[in-house]
Amino acid sequence: MPPALTDPMQDLALSADNASTPKRGGKPLRQHLLDAGPIVGLVLLCIVGTVLNPDFATWDNAMNVLTRTAFIGIIAVGMCFVIISGGIDLSVGSMAALIAGCMIMVMNWVAPLLGSPVAAVLVGMVIALLLGAAFGLAHGVLITKGRIEPFIVTLGTLGIFRAYLTYFSNGGALTLDNELADTYGPVYYGAWLGIPIPIWVFLAVAVAGAGLLNRTRYGRYVQAIGSNEQVARYAAVAVDRIKILTYVLLGICVGVATLLYVPRLGSASPSTGLLWELEAIAAVIVGGTALKGGQGRIVGTVVGAVLLSVIGNILNLTSIISVYLNAAVQGFVIIVVAFLQRGRR
Amino acid sequence: MNRRLFSAISLAIATLVTAPAFAQNKLVMGVSVPAATHGWTGGVVYWANRTKAELEKQYPGTSIIVKTAGSAAEQANQVQDLQTVNKIDTLVILPFESAPLTKPVAQVKGKGVYVTVVDRGLTDPSAQNAYVAGDNPGFGKVAAEYMAKAMGGKGNVVVLRGIPTVIDNERVDAFNAVMKGHPGIKVLDAKHGNWNRDDAFKVMQDYLTRFKQIDAVWASDDDMAVGVQKAITQAKRSDVKLVLGGAGSKGYIKKVMDGDPVVTADVTYSPSMIADAMKLTAEARVTGKAMPGTTIIPSVLITKDNASKYYVPDSPF
Repeated sequence: MPPALTDPMQDLALSADNASTPKRGGKPLRQHLLDAGPIVGLVLLCIVGTVLNPDFATWDNAMNVLTRTAFIGIIAVGMCFVIISGGIDLSVGSMAALIAGCMIMVMNWVAPLLGSPVAAVLVGMVIALLLGAAFGLAHGVLITKGRIEPFIVTLGTLGIFRAYLTYFSNGGALTLDNELADTYGPVYYGAWLGIPIPIWVFLAVAVAGAGLLNRTRYGRYVQAIGSNEQVARYAAVAVDRIKILTYVLLGICVGVATLLYVPRLGSASPSTGLLWELEAIAAVIVGGTALKGGQGRIVGTVVGAVLLSVIGNILNLTSIISVYLNAAVQGFVIIVVAFLQRGRR
Repeated sequence: MNRRLFSAISLAIATLVTAPAFAQNKLVMGVSVPAATHGWTGGVVYWANRTKAELEKQYPGTSIIVKTAGSAAEQANQVQDLQTVNKIDTLVILPFESAPLTKPVAQVKGKGVYVTVVDRGLTDPSAQNAYVAGDNPGFGKVAAEYMAKAMGGKGNVVVLRGIPTVIDNERVDAFNAVMKGHPGIKVLDAKHGNWNRDDAFKVMQDYLTRFKQIDAVWASDDDMAVGVQKAITQAKRSDVKLVLGGAGSKGYIKKVMDGDPVVTADVTYSPSMIADAMKLTAEARVTGKAMPGTTIIPSVLITKDNASKYYVPDSPF
């Protein structure tokens, strides 16, 4: 398989580049700098944050920021696969909200039947993962077998998922019973070795994602489909199955993120997960993945997600600019970081 | 000439159609409100539907159509549809936003529909027959006065604001105006939590990182108060002695009722104002009495003494 995929175009481009640049080794260095774009951006941002408010560089603040990044970060890892394969999923925020709502309803319902809050929480967790996988499967099947554009399929479900949550919650909030909330709370608020649980989960998902993308046949197929679907098909890659699997993976990631989200507030409302899809997509793209697919990096995605929440954190820790301009600052930083890692296409 | 004739005929038809309807007091009322996207609007939808049932029973023959809209543009279309398709003669509308809905509402009013605007006034007041609203400056003022008293006139306050809108500005301005009279109280900062639990959680976490001594939080909304309280619990901070929400959700009124040590009060800005507007309008239309041009529903302080009066367990909000 791999020999068949050696890209003659790339060899050509490489030799042409070597011919025009006399200094050997110049290109890898430049490439490394570009790869480091998001990290450079993050480091600069952290320096700015520390200068503006020394409290920024405290352990507690770092833990706060990383913990709140966990939801978007985990979703972004799944989103990275979908985008690399040439797809997109706009529904993740609504999906997270609906899964959160369903989880809460199921847990409230089974707790008295099972008589044990721990068992109820476990049931809720399983439900979250199953629902995520099922929603992802539905997306994948509609996109591949139904031949509908991913943008349209997930735009449709974006509305559907949120409308159902609003319907179930009657426009208000679905709230976890107190006893359950106390049992479940440590999943968000607890810590192991001084580091909050959500950060560990985020790390585990990121490591698993990086391994899957870079070290397995599945990961290479995903990249191959994203760079040229026709060629991948001719090379006997089961394109439909691989694509469906990327959406299922993303659905499971959304399920995992929701597992961590629900214990935070113990409630889901129609404003839960609003605009998460854009934050997740922004994290992936800021991290150096091409929106047109074909190539991408999990490390970059993780850095991108952290970068986005660091901006909000710095703005909250200072009051040098008008609160009305917060969104503009985020916009400027996204564009600057994208500029730092340009030319990767 | 042709056009004038046409308009004369259509006017005659309109009078023929609407005049008998008035004689029999058969009201066709359209109610247009924003969709239930957060707790407060969820309450609006609940009260609108509940009042529809009440009024249809009270005034037999009356039909009331409740529509919800997800955006200002959708609401504008809806208002037109209500007039052309449902042939309403009365419109009660809680506009998504003031400016974009002024023209569509004015058009409908121009066709003889009686218009009551709720909560968010139109930019051109001549587009409405009556205006029913909550008291936003009062909301900020009542909150600030209570907090100043509860804090004994000194201490540090942080403020969470809503979505940047006129409503939010009026509340915060009134709050700050009262606080100016209490030099012992320092308002440390005011950031937008967008009336959203998650955003409020993040903003409060960062306030707690930034300020070592916070005596009270004006969360200015019960949804935001949920996020604020979670953040305080997580940070294990005991310096915050008072969290004041607002709008009067059932959960927070219950807390006040049960004597919660931190949530000792709430300030009303009830979504049931849509119900008041519908009732006032229906009464004015059926009996033919004039409705006051402006009705302000005051923001009231809820404490342990009067909480049970405002507690509606059935409401989703």
